[in-house]
Amino acid sequence: MATMLSHARRHRPFGRDAMAGWLFVLPVIIVLGLFLVLPVVMAAWVSVSDWTGRGSPFSSTVNFVGIDNYRDLLGEPGLAQRDFGTSIRNNVYYVLLVVPTQTAVALFLAVLVNKRIKSRGFFRTAFYFPSVTSSVAITVLFLFLFSASGAVNRMLSFIGLRGPNWFADPRGIIHIGLGWLGVDQPPAALTDGSLLGVNWWEWASGPSVAMCVFIVLAVFTTSGTFMLLFLSALQNIQAEIEEAAIVDGTTGWQRFRLITLPMLRPTIATVITLGLVGTWQVFDQIYTGTRGGPAKTTLTPAYQSYSASFLNQNWGQGAAIAFVLFAIIVVLTAVQRSLLRERDNDGKPGRVLSTLSFRRNAGGDS
Amino acid sequence: MTTTLRTAMPAAVQVPKRSGLVRRQIATSCTYAALVVLAGLYILPFLIDVANSFKSEPDAAADPLGLIPATATSAAYQRLFQADFPNWFKNSVIITVTVTAGRVFFDCLAGYALARLSFTGRRVVFALLIAVMAVPNVVLLIPKFLVLNQLGMYDSYAGLIIPLLVDAAGVLIMKTFFESIPTAVEEAAKIDGAGTFRRFWSIVLPMSRPAVITIVILSFQASWNELSHFIVAAQDPELTPLTKGVAQLASGALSSGTQYPIKLAGAAVMTIPVAVLFFVFQRRIMNAAGGAVKE
Repeated sequence: MATMLSHARRHRPFGRDAMAGWLFVLPVIIVLGLFLVLPVVMAAWVSVSDWTGRGSPFSSTVNFVGIDNYRDLLGEPGLAQRDFGTSIRNNVYYVLLVVPTQTAVALFLAVLVNKRIKSRGFFRTAFYFPSVTSSVAITVLFLFLFSASGAVNRMLSFIGLRGPNWFADPRGIIHIGLGWLGVDQPPAALTDGSLLGVNWWEWASGPSVAMCVFIVLAVFTTSGTFMLLFLSALQNIQAEIEEAAIVDGTTGWQRFRLITLPMLRPTIATVITLGLVGTWQVFDQIYTGTRGGPAKTTLTPAYQSYSASFLNQNWGQGAAIAFVLFAIIVVLTAVQRSLLRERDNDGKPGRVLSTLSFRRNAGGDS
Repeated sequence: MTTTLRTAMPAAVQVPKRSGLVRRQIATSCTYAALVVLAGLYILPFLIDVANSFKSEPDAAADPLGLIPATATSAAYQRLFQADFPNWFKNSVIITVTVTAGRVFFDCLAGYALARLSFTGRRVVFALLIAVMAVPNVVLLIPKFLVLNQLGMYDSYAGLIIPLLVDAAGVLIMKTFFESIPTAVEEAAKIDGAGTFRRFWSIVLPMSRPAVITIVILSFQASWNELSHFIVAAQDPELTPLTKGVAQLASGALSSGTQYPIKLAGAAVMTIPVAVLFFVFQRRIMNAAGGAVKE
């Protein structure tokens, strides 16, 4: 058999591999090129043009306007800039609250369901299930749960609290907190200065009550996915190390803090990166739920980019918002990864991938 | 690692055996209590969804927490299925099945090429994939519409499906998986004269079932739950899939009043297919994600 099949061709597998290699990756390259790379190039052009959505953006009636669209957002006082500043503020609070919370909750859940207990499969399923359901379905559900006469307010009434009309409440929670302390007039120092058309008092508002519901929603839907990433990492930590620590007589907390946590650092970095990238793009929930309201306190750059283009036909501005958002995500991710890598003292690339890979050689890393 | 721990840890924390047992029992009870409360928090919303979809609108407003409707009614579902809902469902099925099949095939092909075949430009392709993954989806919304329009694919199934047909992350998952398979397996086949595609198709792919199932699950879920692409790729109501339809229902485009039972019924029905997939492959998902190692 072997001798029969031995053929001259096998002596030059390199050439065959090269052909096959390109053939194999061709479909991926074509689709990604057409619907990912080409669109980015087109968007770059649209963001410096005055295209209004009619006809081709490359037709002769469309003019190059330089950085006008970007200046309207970043430099020139006006409605566009004010809206953009507001959406950035909203999203900053969203990111600041969602990313640490989802990471902590996911790690906590992973540690719990990693223990040797009965029916842990059931618990894993329960925690992961919200992650597989559509964000539209969950948003619809949350619209009901947090409606004025909804389930959450009913629960609050059991303990004598009157819940707000969540999705219609534009008050920032820091402003509410300050109100309780008796500060309801902004100090002049904070209303004088402003950034991106939003004064400092407004920057310090905190997420609105409506935005807080989206924050809870995000933690609810993402913690399961990240739990699985942590779980996979936890199971890759060799049992022997933990056993050695048990012999040494350490408590569970010590083991977690001194052994598990340091070994999880790459996974934590991954989860934070994925979290940052995801939270800056929040769109589906806003589209389904509030469309930016109440009082623009759930407006996000992603939704603003959509509404500027598709609803207001201001395509140049929409594209410019998308690129600024792109820049924000790239810069923040780079900063975060270099910070975590420094402390990690291990610049090994491809960490995201190795964590994402579902099958890993147990001892392969050491 | 072990030796450094030995020196770093205080060795005197040893506890007598019996109190250790009691402590472990207390710890286990606490773990269970925490798990039950948390699981309740994660499951209850879905139960509330289903329960309220079987209520009348006044009932749902009067008793949003009740898990058993005072007078159960399927009115919400009937109204839903008399409207465009069946058509939305059909569109979602068509899109999801095609996209999943395409992604499995193309992701595996490309993943295999990147893992195993040496060809000029492999590093460039790999770097491009990584770069592509970093591009936020929202940046693409506007120009995706443009490209589709230019290609005459706007308002067509092709426009809804083809852009979703491959995903960089899936390629990379498959690549990583293929790299974990020992090359020795293929060397034998190579010596036997098997061609590249045959090595891929009949040797490596069958060994990759866990990863392929991962791609199936991820693709099914991603395309079933996709929203933003459908918003920009079509406006014809005939081509509206579930996510877009229910989202428009939610923002009140088609209804007067709150109509929560109907919206909740829509949300419940659109959750069923992913839920079924999830429960069928549940062990697989958990095992796979838990790093099921063959050796």
